[in-house]
Amino acid sequence: MKFKSDQQMLWILGAVIAGLVIASVIGWILARRAESEERKAATDNLNARIRAWWIMIAIFTISFVIGPAGSMLLFAFISLLALREYVSLISSTRADHRTLVWSFFVFNPLQYWFWYEGWYGLAIILIPVYAFLFVPIRLALAGDVGGFLDRAARIQWGLMVCVYCISYAPALLTLQIPGYSGQDAKLLLFLVIVVQLSDVFQYVWGKLVGKKKIAPAISPHKTWGGFFGGVATAVALGTGLWWMTPFSPLQALGMSLAIALMGFAGGLTMSAIKRDRGVKDFGHTIEGHGGILDRMDSICFSAPLFFHLTRWLFISPHPSWWL
Amino acid sequence: MSALSASIIAACARALAGPAVRWVNCRPSTRQRIYFANHTSHLDFVVLWSVLPRRVREKTRPVAARDYWNSGLRKRIAVNAFNAVLVDRHARSANGDRAAAARHTLEMLLEALADKNSLIVFPEGTRGDGLHVGPFKSGIYYLWRERPDVQFVPVYLSNLNRILPKGEFLPVPVISRVTFGPPLRPEGNESKESFLSKAHDAVCALKDL
Repeated sequence: MKFKSDQQMLWILGAVIAGLVIASVIGWILARRAESEERKAATDNLNARIRAWWIMIAIFTISFVIGPAGSMLLFAFISLLALREYVSLISSTRADHRTLVWSFFVFNPLQYWFWYEGWYGLAIILIPVYAFLFVPIRLALAGDVGGFLDRAARIQWGLMVCVYCISYAPALLTLQIPGYSGQDAKLLLFLVIVVQLSDVFQYVWGKLVGKKKIAPAISPHKTWGGFFGGVATAVALGTGLWWMTPFSPLQALGMSLAIALMGFAGGLTMSAIKRDRGVKDFGHTIEGHGGILDRMDSICFSAPLFFHLTRWLFISPHPSWWL
Repeated sequence: MSALSASIIAACARALAGPAVRWVNCRPSTRQRIYFANHTSHLDFVVLWSVLPRRVREKTRPVAARDYWNSGLRKRIAVNAFNAVLVDRHARSANGDRAAAARHTLEMLLEALADKNSLIVFPEGTRGDGLHVGPFKSGIYYLWRERPDVQFVPVYLSNLNRILPKGEFLPVPVISRVTFGPPLRPEGNESKESFLSKAHDAVCALKDL
């Protein structure tokens, strides 16, 4: 990785860190001024987000410096923690034990190893094909038929979200885009920035103009006003960042739109899972644990789509009418 | 040396089990206590011990079954590292007298208490399925009869059975929870049945907190 020579990267990181410093100061002032309980909860939420951003930017910088091998290890660890949160929340029975051991200690490392080796074909089917077949087989061998389909689906879904989807974020570093070599880390940064901007501006617009709720039974904070405002703002800002990517401005617009929409879908779907399990957020129920899934929900849905769209544009042959 | 290896094992157990610790109407203290908990996994005493403050740990000894923990690596963990008091379950003395064997176990525990140690005990006597807390054996009652000055602190361990259930040797890193409850307040002349049911209820009450 050409850390020193990539001026763009230094600029972006500098700008992001400056932004975070400002956000932290604002968060700190708001926390000191908050008096009502409602205000306190809102500022706590804000400050938790800001802290998470600091961690994300730290993770990003570290993975940028240590290169693909280290990044894969780092994200494999994040997947492990996410899967752990997920498994802790779902109910698992005694008969699930060995299948879970396989999920944690075989499928998770294999997934990242395949990406690291550049075995694209294997990496994209390991979980949706082989793990999805393996899980019910192993459960059947364990011999407990009670809630069989439920139990299989829970474990499959955990692997899908926590391992497969998250692994697409560092997989961006393995794309060898002609004319963009050694700069893939900026793609990952682009993804994270657009997702987070979309999340934040959905919240801000929701507070300003949000009235009609999208799915009140799942997430009381998601409104149509927030959705349109947030997605539009994220797309505008993402398009403005086209220069850090291999995309043309128009392509950057399309990518930002895809990222923002999938990020929204991820947040909504993970909320549905949490409601199903009767909790508000993953981190809160399990005291002392960061709530990694709460922070990763939008990234883990947008990363696969972003990866494949980018790959389709620059790596695989594509029709000549494309821009 | 043994203190160091116990600390290392405890750190590993904490990393694996990620225990969230709660003290409900009870504070960590160096005063002499008997922690009694539900039992679902071999990890139980290690995790319970590992979440105690360092100064409390130094004087806290787990009570473990001799038939399981007295050989090879297990012995090195239980005896050398954690200084566990090994007791005989299902034991009979040489002439087949169960009562004599039970008295012997009680004496060993009283001896450990006489050295100003706190103890970690699992009154069910065996690992359960994690759904129900089994009936308590009477040993804890006789301990109280002999040493009513010691605090009896109920502890509920959640999810450890999901990390390492009975009969498994590879763990799954599920997040666990350790809940300490308020010390028991038995009447001076409490009967055995009533003491045991109070103790049992005290552990179960922590389950849904």
